[in-house]
Amino acid sequence: MGRPPGEPGRVAYLYLLPAFVVYAVFLLYPIGRAVQISLYDWDGLTLGRWVGLDNYAAILSDERLRAGFGHALVLIVFYAVIPLAIGLTLAAILNHAQVRGLGFFRTVVFLPQVVAMVVVAVAWRRVYAPDGTLNALLGALGLDGLTRGWLGDHTFALPAVGVVGTWFESGLVTVLLLAGMSRVPAELYEAARLDGAGAVREFFAVTLPSVRGEIAVALTLTVIAALRTFDLVYVTTRGGPGESTSVPSFEVYHRAFGLGQVGSAAAIGVTLTVVIFAISFAINRLADKGTT
Amino acid sequence: MISRAERVANYVILSAFAAFALFPVVTILGAALGPDDAGPAGQAWGPHLGNFAAAWEAGHFGTYLRSSLAVSSFVVVVSVVLSIMSGYAFGTMRFRGHTVLFYLFMLGIMMPSEAIAVPLYFDLRTLGLIDTFWSVALPQVALSVAFGTFWMRAYFRASSRAIAEAARIDGASTWRTLWQVLVPPARPAIVTLTVLVFMWTWNEFLIPLIMVTSESLRTAPLGLAFFQGQYTSGFTLLAAGSVIVATPVVLFYLFLQRHFVRGLLQGSVRE
Repeated sequence: MGRPPGEPGRVAYLYLLPAFVVYAVFLLYPIGRAVQISLYDWDGLTLGRWVGLDNYAAILSDERLRAGFGHALVLIVFYAVIPLAIGLTLAAILNHAQVRGLGFFRTVVFLPQVVAMVVVAVAWRRVYAPDGTLNALLGALGLDGLTRGWLGDHTFALPAVGVVGTWFESGLVTVLLLAGMSRVPAELYEAARLDGAGAVREFFAVTLPSVRGEIAVALTLTVIAALRTFDLVYVTTRGGPGESTSVPSFEVYHRAFGLGQVGSAAAIGVTLTVVIFAISFAINRLADKGTT
Repeated sequence: MISRAERVANYVILSAFAAFALFPVVTILGAALGPDDAGPAGQAWGPHLGNFAAAWEAGHFGTYLRSSLAVSSFVVVVSVVLSIMSGYAFGTMRFRGHTVLFYLFMLGIMMPSEAIAVPLYFDLRTLGLIDTFWSVALPQVALSVAFGTFWMRAYFRASSRAIAEAARIDGASTWRTLWQVLVPPARPAIVTLTVLVFMWTWNEFLIPLIMVTSESLRTAPLGLAFFQGQYTSGFTLLAAGSVIVATPVVLFYLFLQRHFVRGLLQGSVRE
């Protein structure tokens, strides 16, 4: 490498060393160990038994695990797809209309991002409880027939958890898209209006294409959040009732510390990591293809 | 330019969403400030601030906040200092293996902590380090350093290469250049990194859940989850406890909102 005399070279390693040591010991080494453990049938106490890729095959064949990944897909709809629709609508409105109280609105919708998920889960448990605020609201509207214990219901528990995801991701997506939309030059909108485009056509012709990058970022963040749902399920449902809200992250914990199936837990963790990398890579590739 | 009907529709949509966003917040604040539903009937109207004192007592939140504060301070200070140093190396210096090492750090940004927490638990147990301060703090330093390195590298690359060059020609050592020339103007970027790492650490649940068994090491969210499991007579004190746990980060957010928004949005944007 040609380097002007005196320019720092090797000293760079000294600056990297402390960060790298912590990172290698507490992140790189454990992920390597996770891969190793995932190839064994191990209860965490006695000697493990080599099983090759059986733990991975079980993810496809074990009904409970397959269901867990299926639930994660449902959560993606609630965490990523619906917030994107909400975010596009709200950001388009906020960007266009001179709305009073924009600052306050932004503060409020972004707030869920900074509150500990355990607190969020406690609050929503209260909302969904049989004597909770949602049922009180339905009762007040004369819809007593719809009231139920939402988190204890086989059909409604998973969507109920999903709505919490919609609740805390929508604000993030809105603020992200709003930042993108505010960078669209005003002339583009004027040109569209001069061409006789209405609000809807203008949205699809001007706004949507110019926030493609922000949409990719929003989807990456929210899809990863959906796949990593743990705290929320742990506090609200523990995967129940039955297995109706079991998700991969919760299964990792449940298998390692509840069932003593550490090998299987490690395999799920590794699979989850690979899926997360693959999805974020795919979303970003798609976004790049669109721009060039 | 905008018709009256459109304006009305806009306000209706925004208000509906604001109501949805505030609904759980109002639920929990209302319960925390209302009369204790496990207490005697016929309590006075008005905010019942005594609920917080009662929750503090019943839930041992003093202990939990203290360990959260200890863990968060350690993780913030160590990971910010390490990230400044590694970001400086990646952002302003050329060396062999630059790209490979940088990608290695990037792996950590998306790495789900559940993948590493399980093997870490069993390895730390073998070493007898489980249920210690270090078993909670150091894995979180590793996770934060991945993002911090990425964040500080982006900053130093964009704004400090020429300055570092000039300082070098003036004969300043790389160490002095970093701390006396580059770090002072980098304050906004460092504040953003600090508030993000503080928030992530304060709110982290899985790592303390797995690593900690003794009550004295429980962090605030973990303590709240336990309190929820044990305290089943009514919701008032649980709501008050939730407010106690959420308040530190929410206060930071209200004062440093721009940093939170900027960090969470830009931190994710690829270069």
